[in-house]
Amino acid sequence: MKFKALTAVAALMVAMPAITLADPDDDTLVLNGETEMVTKAAAPAHMEETGIDTVMSGWHFRNDDTQAMQADDFDNPGMLAVESAIEAWNTVEGEAGKSCASCHGAAEDSMKGIRAVYPKWNETAGELRTLAMQVNDCRTNQMKAEPYKYDSGPMAAMEALISVQSRGMPVNVAIDGPVQAIWEKGKELYYTRTGILELSCASCHEENYGNMIRADHLSQGQINGFPTYRLKNAKLNTVHGRFKGCVRDTRAETYKPGSEEFIALELYVASRGNGLSVEGPSVRN
Amino acid sequence: MADGVKPRVKAPKSASAGEVVTLKTLISHNMESGQRKDKSGNPIPRSIINRFTCEFNGASVIDVKMEPAISTNPYFEFEAKIPEAGDLKFTWYDDDGSVYEETKSIKVG
Repeated sequence: MKFKALTAVAALMVAMPAITLADPDDDTLVLNGETEMVTKAAAPAHMEETGIDTVMSGWHFRNDDTQAMQADDFDNPGMLAVESAIEAWNTVEGEAGKSCASCHGAAEDSMKGIRAVYPKWNETAGELRTLAMQVNDCRTNQMKAEPYKYDSGPMAAMEALISVQSRGMPVNVAIDGPVQAIWEKGKELYYTRTGILELSCASCHEENYGNMIRADHLSQGQINGFPTYRLKNAKLNTVHGRFKGCVRDTRAETYKPGSEEFIALELYVASRGNGLSVEGPSVRN
Repeated sequence: MADGVKPRVKAPKSASAGEVVTLKTLISHNMESGQRKDKSGNPIPRSIINRFTCEFNGASVIDVKMEPAISTNPYFEFEAKIPEAGDLKFTWYDDDGSVYEETKSIKVG
């Protein structure tokens, strides 16, 4: 745990137990009593200058009840969305008369490991693609169907279905080669202060993770657990939906889900979690 | 019948006589409270699961009356003593008159 100025001030004023209460815990996440997940990992090399040596899943920052809910698939409400996405996966839509399964077969086989490497550079299209962009590319070009709205329920559910196939595999997004410029842009956005409160992503998730921001326990802002079922709105939330919420909370006009800015930010934030297990759909409050 | 309603139950397949087992149940349901309004300002009619029961070989294990403040996809976890082999019958009652049922058999031995 790195030393924090705020914690030091707090230590002078209140008793120690109150501080340890806010620190991330050391529990181990085991899914369904079988799969052990990597929820703490050595920080990737590019994070050297941040002073963070261990990257931690947001799971560690939630209370025991919420943690337990994620550890059992029956209790995890996000799995309901996975079920509905399996139906969508097998449903023929669009003029081409295809479903996802027509090309990809069973999601259990074809989607294994996919979530771990996205956002990913698409050589043919010459662009960086998030999972959502890839899903919509398939829908519009292969199926000739209507695309999903970027941060809608059906999109989040489809992302959940794809994520489940990679659960337990380490996040491993590439940040070099053709995507390096986009990654740099994402990094710049991460450190850019926005809004009336003048907060950047780093203000909360790098400098103050582990501290309380009023009633909220600040995590490192990792996205390895997305899409995330949040108890506060009782639905699956997408990465861009969460970004939008965070930027709004700084009291700024937000970028749009699916915008160039959020795509770059997603790549950068994802790369900060390289080494952590894919957890989606995770459960948070 | 409301859309996307599907009952789910997690129960052990076998137990020793007299053992107390944990049962988990969940039904996917919107649980529309009746308090909300749609985009044009009209109230959305209430549509919830208003009662949930569990019986073991005809004897009541649990009987729950549910109200509109209960959140979407209601989940119940409770314990039951299994004195003999038999069937657990779970029943959910919808506002619209639909009844959803699920049965799990438990062996003793």
